[in-house]
Amino acid sequence: MFDIDKWQEILATIKKNKMRTFLTGFSVAWGIFMLMILLGSGNGLSNGVAANFMNDAVNVMWIWSGKTTVPDQGMKSGRAIQFHNEDQSLISKVSGVGISSGRYFLNTTRYSFGKESGEYTTITCQPELKQIENIIMIEGRFINQIDFIQNRKVIVLGVDIKSALFKDSTAIGEYVNVNGVPFKVIGICTKPLSTNTREGYMPVSTAQMIFAGSNKLHNLDLTINAKSLEESQAIEEQVRNVLARQYKFDPKDEGAIGLYNKLENYIQTMRIFQAIKIFIWIIGIGTLIAGIVGVSNIMLIVVKERTKEIGIRKAIGASPSSVIGLILLESIMITTIAGYIGLVLGTGLMEMINYFMIQNAGPVDNQSGTIFLNPTVDFNIAVYATLLLIVAGAIAGYIPAKRAASIKPIVALRDE
Amino acid sequence: MIRLNNIHKSYEMGSNSLHVLKGIDLTIEQGDFVSIMGSSGSGKSTLLNILGMLDNYDKGTYYLSGNLIANMSEKKAAKYRNEMVGFVFQSFNLISFKNAMENVALPLYYKGVPRKKRNQIAMEYLEKLGLKDWANHMPNELSGGQKQRVAIARALISQPKIILADEPTGALDTTTSYEVMEILKDINAAGITVIIVTHEHDIAAMTSQIIRLKDGIIHEVIRNGELKEFKKEYMKELETA
Repeated sequence: MFDIDKWQEILATIKKNKMRTFLTGFSVAWGIFMLMILLGSGNGLSNGVAANFMNDAVNVMWIWSGKTTVPDQGMKSGRAIQFHNEDQSLISKVSGVGISSGRYFLNTTRYSFGKESGEYTTITCQPELKQIENIIMIEGRFINQIDFIQNRKVIVLGVDIKSALFKDSTAIGEYVNVNGVPFKVIGICTKPLSTNTREGYMPVSTAQMIFAGSNKLHNLDLTINAKSLEESQAIEEQVRNVLARQYKFDPKDEGAIGLYNKLENYIQTMRIFQAIKIFIWIIGIGTLIAGIVGVSNIMLIVVKERTKEIGIRKAIGASPSSVIGLILLESIMITTIAGYIGLVLGTGLMEMINYFMIQNAGPVDNQSGTIFLNPTVDFNIAVYATLLLIVAGAIAGYIPAKRAASIKPIVALRDE
Repeated sequence: MIRLNNIHKSYEMGSNSLHVLKGIDLTIEQGDFVSIMGSSGSGKSTLLNILGMLDNYDKGTYYLSGNLIANMSEKKAAKYRNEMVGFVFQSFNLISFKNAMENVALPLYYKGVPRKKRNQIAMEYLEKLGLKDWANHMPNELSGGQKQRVAIARALISQPKIILADEPTGALDTTTSYEVMEILKDINAAGITVIIVTHEHDIAAMTSQIIRLKDGIIHEVIRNGELKEFKKEYMKELETA
């Protein structure tokens, strides 16, 4: 396969028809170029959406209480459901449920420090929320278990509240008044991929004691350990059943409790991207096929033009397989080289776009709010594409090579 | 050497069948110098193609050096051609993008001889034919006679038992034709069977045996002794023409 003569001959024919070879190669290069751009864009879109999901732990589930919409066990519809602290331990027993945090909603809360004040959202929670919502600490610490058990009056401020109330001075250790009650600042936090953090976090036990005086909860946040959509849905159903038994409502009643399963959404969205990816491959391969047909066409002409020469070769002892090898190798060479150029240009362009995105918005972690992230094609795809090219070249050369092999040497004897 | 027994060959031309060879019986011995003559359509080229294993025959038997040549695979035919037969064509049929030396060396490439060695052998053959200085020239830089000599060198390089030449002088002027015939005579003198197809009487007269075909059968065979008579007849033909 790698003897000099064969290559010499292939180069000689290519040299004789530079323009034709270039145009043929161009169609293949274009096909691969488009495939790489499409795949890169698809990856970028998929990465962007995935990153948006990653704001919180992907496997997060939120449950909130509502009103029953169907009568059940002798009770009318329209009954309000109210969660309590015990519910959390009930749900924790469901297999597949990871960590969880109860939440109690406060109405408008006014924060003040010295002369500065403002209205902000207060999230009351347990230490686990940090993990569930991927809260990032800038300074100090998050609420811990002791804060929760001892109902300590501590608060973690979102970075925007801190800068509004404290400006440049240190906030940790100071006391902030929340609706007139002083809370000690223990940490400053932010959330991934968000531009403003205007929430304060305090232990749910403290909030219940000060603002509600009960063990009521509005919301349960938890993580689940599921690997597939089916597993995730099974856990969801179990959680619903446990709560239905506790509060005596129909498990199928969508109104009694609300349930948002992020994993389910994530998996479904990723499935859409999977489908988009398949679609991209189909389009890309379609473009490539156009290129292959072009190469095949050119090779047929090459064989036609070289009929006499192939006849001479056969007359002086060339076997059919050596003729087939010659044509196939030429075809593979054109597609592989041209395809590789397309591959390098396509991936190069996508890398360049990625480079400028990083230049403008910083590294991948900081590119918040974009739905286009890291639009590059990974190395495996490039390897597959190369293999695809070699196969494509072989397919393109197959018919011409067969035709060449069937040339009878007597044609060489005929005068033109 | 060559034994043909009742060879038939016909070509399908649409619905018609053209019966070209209608039973050829022919024996050619090792070292013969034979010319095949005949008017166009008499089947002389078809006969040469069959002899050179470039074409199949329909009926009869063909033995070459004791081997029955029939229904061979392309691969086997290619191998036989490479080993036993050297071809010389009217239009030389050199490969245009290879220089003289590479053209001569080509049969050895298909034999699997390494590049260096086959180029060296090719140079020896070119030297024998007085073309040493032209080894690196492309075919389009050579004259007709030179091209035919390169083609003859290419036919000889695989040391065949037979040289088959289809109108080897057809594209050459008289002087060059005679030169080429001298070369073929020398080759024949070295013991190689030479068979040429020609329609030129003076060329045919230089061979030791003339086979005249007419309408697909052998009309007459003129051997050495009878050549003088043939020449007379040929003069007569010229006069009447």
